[in-house]
Amino acid sequence: MFRSALRALALLGALAAGPALLPASAQAADAAGVEALPHPHFHFDGVFGTFDRASAQRGFGVYQQVCAACHGLRLLSYRNLRELGFSEAEVRAVAAAVTVNDGPNDEGQMFERPGRPSDRFRSPFANEAAARAANKGAAPPDLSVITKAREHGPQYLFALLTGYTDAPAGMTMGEGMNYNRYFTGNQIAMNAPLHTEGQVEYADGTKATVEQMAMDVTNFLQWAAEPEMEARKSMGVKMMIFLLILAMLAYATKRKVWADQH
Amino acid sequence: MSIGLHNSAFKNPVIRWVDSRLPIFSMMQNEYGTFPTPKNFNYFWNFGALAMINLMIMIATGIFLAMHYTPHVSMAFDSVERIMRDVNYGWLFRYVHANGASMFFIVVYIHIWRGLYYGSYKAPRELLWMIGVVIFLLMMATAFMGYVLPWGQMSFWGATVITNLFSAFPYVGDHIVTLLWGGFSVDNPTLNRFFSLHFLLPFVIFGVVFLHVAALHITGSNNPLGIDVKTPQDTVPFHPYYTAKDSFGMVIYFMVFASLVFFAPNYLGDPANYIPANPLVTPTHIVPEWYFLPYYAILRAVPDKLGGVVLMFGSILVWFILPWLDTSPVRSMRFRPIAKWALLLWGVAFLVLMYCGGKPPEGIYVVLSRVATLYYFAYFLVILPLLGRIERPLPLPESIAKPVLRGGGPLPAGAATKPMEKA
Repeated sequence: MFRSALRALALLGALAAGPALLPASAQAADAAGVEALPHPHFHFDGVFGTFDRASAQRGFGVYQQVCAACHGLRLLSYRNLRELGFSEAEVRAVAAAVTVNDGPNDEGQMFERPGRPSDRFRSPFANEAAARAANKGAAPPDLSVITKAREHGPQYLFALLTGYTDAPAGMTMGEGMNYNRYFTGNQIAMNAPLHTEGQVEYADGTKATVEQMAMDVTNFLQWAAEPEMEARKSMGVKMMIFLLILAMLAYATKRKVWADQH
Repeated sequence: MSIGLHNSAFKNPVIRWVDSRLPIFSMMQNEYGTFPTPKNFNYFWNFGALAMINLMIMIATGIFLAMHYTPHVSMAFDSVERIMRDVNYGWLFRYVHANGASMFFIVVYIHIWRGLYYGSYKAPRELLWMIGVVIFLLMMATAFMGYVLPWGQMSFWGATVITNLFSAFPYVGDHIVTLLWGGFSVDNPTLNRFFSLHFLLPFVIFGVVFLHVAALHITGSNNPLGIDVKTPQDTVPFHPYYTAKDSFGMVIYFMVFASLVFFAPNYLGDPANYIPANPLVTPTHIVPEWYFLPYYAILRAVPDKLGGVVLMFGSILVWFILPWLDTSPVRSMRFRPIAKWALLLWGVAFLVLMYCGGKPPEGIYVVLSRVATLYYFAYFLVILPLLGRIERPLPLPESIAKPVLRGGGPLPAGAATKPMEKA
């Protein structure tokens, strides 16, 4: 009931914005030369969407065991993982597993220490040149805001991770390049990161198919990009209800004030 | 009342004491309380007030964002993300500010359209209109510089493309570009001066808005019939009639605003701006924000760089002389059977340009842009000057209070009770 009312309101908003919305949506359609993105159902979709925490926690495992070898998450701190439902002890353990450069100390020396929850996620490469050199000349992008940094981010991410196939006959691939149905130009330097069922071991017994792992890591990275999403949507729902009531009152007031002019 | 004091009508002793010496309460009462306002406004007349509210929202959120933002090329992107993640309700302030820019342009475009359709630019409101065009230009500059601040890929490349436009001007062009950049490429000095100017210009806008409103209160408002106010029966006091009506409009505006901020905060933005600026990697499509797309399309419709730049700036500068290009004495398009359609077509051309501006400059989009650009200018420079001479307007109503409908008969049933328009 409320959901459809809010949808109607959102639509009203979209209509009012009218021509403004046209170019943005039109732009989205012409990601040239690649297949249309599949649209799986995401738990965070829609006005009432929330993060699937179990999935996002598994997704963190996928990130740690697969993605983190090449991709950073530099805008997040280990302490942020508490928001995903990890315990204080788990977060401390995750942080302590990395070595952080700190200093200078009292003697002016830089030193290494185990990570703390307040540390930012450690990036796998010292700098972009190092990342480039180690990865066929294409630096793996940082994943902190990756779902906001691509058209239809979560959809694209899921599609890309599940879009590795053999190149069609007759297509000449660059050296070391992989065929991906959804990547611009279809040639991607990244090897299929999720390739074998059971590649990541899930503690909760979920069957780790490639699709499942892709979905889990998409949930995790969507959270990483928009950690405020749940607070935002829930505030939005309250705000819309408040404004709807206020609109009715304002309209009634306006009618009453103008009654003698009709 | 002794000599030298303002004769205040207020009863409250404190208000009266202040008002006698500095009649701000009388001024507010005259300008927003009893101010005689045509009684036949439709909801198009809501958008000036909405623009004012929007400006205040932008200044308020912007001041708090500036407390947490760092204008440095190596820190700007991260400081914005810090606002999103670590500053209390930082995400709310940033999304309100970013979407507020879009809302500001939506509101102002409707406000300008209102002026075009009902002839609000005509005598005696020429200067009022011209001040409005100044506000719009200042808004564009402010929005452009604000978009550079997050220092994402579109920030950087948008800034590079737009500032480079000035190099098209002969002799002075390169010097202007160096001055804008504060160096020889878009870099830290550019970001610093854009931040400074982005902070300054809204207050300049505020000042010019004050002039806009002051001029409005001399000539009084236009109205959907476009005829002058003749008798007190034509008007109602601004308060409570239009304060009540504007309040309702304001809530609807907030609903549109909120649906963007809370449910689609990045819908109108470009994903590339979440990639940190990189001078070595050019994005495949460099597109400005949606509200600049029509002018971007005009720029790219012209094969010559200088010509494109001139037409792009000209597309707004031509508004300055609009009051003299339109030779018809009839203000409202309701009574101009041909000009009405010419203007509606101009609106379509504007939307076509907006659409083409977001597309790659090739094939059909170039053709469409050229046709639309041609019509955009033809409307102002050819159609309006000619139509004023050859068009036969419909008979104008005698007064706002007693509108004469076609045929002069009694009001059709329902016309007087229609809630949306008090004609």
